[in-house]
Amino acid sequence: MDIHEYQAKEILAGYGVPVPRGGLAYSPEQAAYRAREIGGHKWVVKAQVHTGGRGKAGGVKLCSNEHEVYDAADEMFGKRLVTHQTGPEGKIIYRVYVEGAVNILKEIYLGFVLDRKTERVMVVASAAGGMEIEEIAADKPDSIIRTVVEPAVGMQAFQAREIAFGLGIAPEHVQKAVSLIMGCYKALESLDASMVEINPLVITDDGVIALDAKMTFDDNALFRHPSVAELRDKSQEDSRETRAADRGLSYVGLTGQIGCIVNGAGLAMATMDMIKLAGGEPANFLDIGGGATPDRVAKAFRLVLSDDNVQAILVNIFAGINRCDWVAEGIVQALEKNPVHVPLVVRLAGTHVEEGRRILARSGLPIIRANTLAEAADRAVQAWKNDVNLKQPKAVA
Amino acid sequence: MSVLLDRNTPVIVQGITGRIGSFHTKEMREYGTNVVGGVTPGKGGAMEQGVPVFNTVKEAVEKTGATASIVFVPPPFAADSIMEAADAGIRLCVAITDGIPSQDMIQVKRYMRRYRAENRMTLVGPNCAGVISPGRALLGIMPGHIYQPGNVGIVGRSGTLGYEAAAQMKELGIGVSTSVGIGGDPINGSSFRDILELFEKDPETHAVVMIGEIGGPQEAEAAEFVREHMSKPVIAYVAGLSAPKGRKMGHAGAIISAFGESASEKVEILREVGVTISATPAEIGSTVAAVLKKAA
Repeated sequence: MDIHEYQAKEILAGYGVPVPRGGLAYSPEQAAYRAREIGGHKWVVKAQVHTGGRGKAGGVKLCSNEHEVYDAADEMFGKRLVTHQTGPEGKIIYRVYVEGAVNILKEIYLGFVLDRKTERVMVVASAAGGMEIEEIAADKPDSIIRTVVEPAVGMQAFQAREIAFGLGIAPEHVQKAVSLIMGCYKALESLDASMVEINPLVITDDGVIALDAKMTFDDNALFRHPSVAELRDKSQEDSRETRAADRGLSYVGLTGQIGCIVNGAGLAMATMDMIKLAGGEPANFLDIGGGATPDRVAKAFRLVLSDDNVQAILVNIFAGINRCDWVAEGIVQALEKNPVHVPLVVRLAGTHVEEGRRILARSGLPIIRANTLAEAADRAVQAWKNDVNLKQPKAVA
Repeated sequence: MSVLLDRNTPVIVQGITGRIGSFHTKEMREYGTNVVGGVTPGKGGAMEQGVPVFNTVKEAVEKTGATASIVFVPPPFAADSIMEAADAGIRLCVAITDGIPSQDMIQVKRYMRRYRAENRMTLVGPNCAGVISPGRALLGIMPGHIYQPGNVGIVGRSGTLGYEAAAQMKELGIGVSTSVGIGGDPINGSSFRDILELFEKDPETHAVVMIGEIGGPQEAEAAEFVREHMSKPVIAYVAGLSAPKGRKMGHAGAIISAFGESASEKVEILREVGVTISATPAEIGSTVAAVLKKAA
């Protein structure tokens, strides 16, 4: 789960990480008021959306008076911010954060991630801050410092010191940098964050400060951090994915035309691959889990059909512990209640497969049946192409 | 012979009195697995599915001589149960539980390093389908009837995609020595490399099917092992060719977040070390058949 910059800064400040003075606003008036409250002569208005690359997309504005703050906020509210991470649909700005501007002497990248190779938390830092870590890794790989944290004892001060000196931070600021680094680690560890990113961490005349902050949390650990779980902002999520998650289904919206309903994450990915190889494009990833009950199947149909791009559906169920006859009954029940108006291909395999196929055949429903994975993908792509051709007005010869 | 378990391996079920634990205990016993007991704290002294329930793993091991365990404990308590198994002297632990926090798994891996390599428990999973040695024993949740006994090892992250591979192979008359699901989480007990090493040593395994997916470095680590140490043919399919970068595809670990973690990059890395690639998930069975024919 992602949270907003202002929320991450509030959390990190609680762990001793210095952040600029700032205030949240839901309206341009409030933004101007926040600027007055903060004081000073220069402010930054920052769109609060769950994405990186906000600066380049016009989501961060430097302002020199209250009117400029008002105008910057006014322009942002309700706008869809499109960055290289959001996709063309962008993310709507409902909140802005106003901060006092900081005099930047040097920008640093500081990140904490779960490293899958060492299976521990790794600190990644670079004196080439302000850029994204992917760019740094491509352009200045030698500037990257990596430090692995021993989980039994947690991050040690000497490790933070090595990082600080390695980044070329002046000796008089090293102690401040050390406590910032230790604070970030502590926050990550205590709250089950899977990522903390300070980019940039800046050196000012008086010390170090986290100018931007991003935190991502381990969904599997939210049960033990209710105060973090509360920070979830559904306005920043794909509404279909949110709906799916609330119904215990795992869904990822894509841009193709063939909707997929599959049990198991690996088989769902493989089904998508087959559709692509057969000349189609998957509209989604959807794992309905082990027990494909009528209720879950019905939910899955509704979810897939809520995507207007879907022009055909492929159901691929490998029944293991559950049985094909139950799954088939579930599909029939779901279709009788909610008829599907696009071509539907169903492939069943596994336990009691013959009975399952008989039930589908007997139902009299317009189901295109397939026995193998390849057949299923071919038929779904064919059915989609035929259906699209039928629906298109014929050109006059 | 098979890897990890055989029909005599004495097994206990952690979380045996739960709905899922109890159901799969019944399934495993019907398959022929030597289930000798179960553990649910506070339910010691009861019987479940015809076997005794104990309060602690230590007690269960003392009374039954169990050397393997399977964990169906809910995610908040699962890491604790795995460490309890390691401490009680269990040699093989299969963790089925899906949804264990990553930091808990970091702790588990750290805890297991307390033991010398030769005394260290082998952990398979979490978030996996388990282990099956067809015709011998099942320590997992897979449907036993889709596996035919034979000489090809299977190792994969996904449950149902592993079933798909086994079913395709059975259709062509190809049997399985052991199938191991290593699970879809970012931090897991056994890696592809660990299981390949076991298959390489197993005289009854003649070839190995490896079913990878997007995310993480383990397919690349496996490739290195294949290049350096593997004499048996390896066939691989990597799922997620059409998966976009930065999106989590169902499994907590199925996310492309770094260079070399996409399906096409992994395929290239594996191909370079001589692994035969099944270009589509529909050709896993036929690719294995072709490789076996060539080797014969």
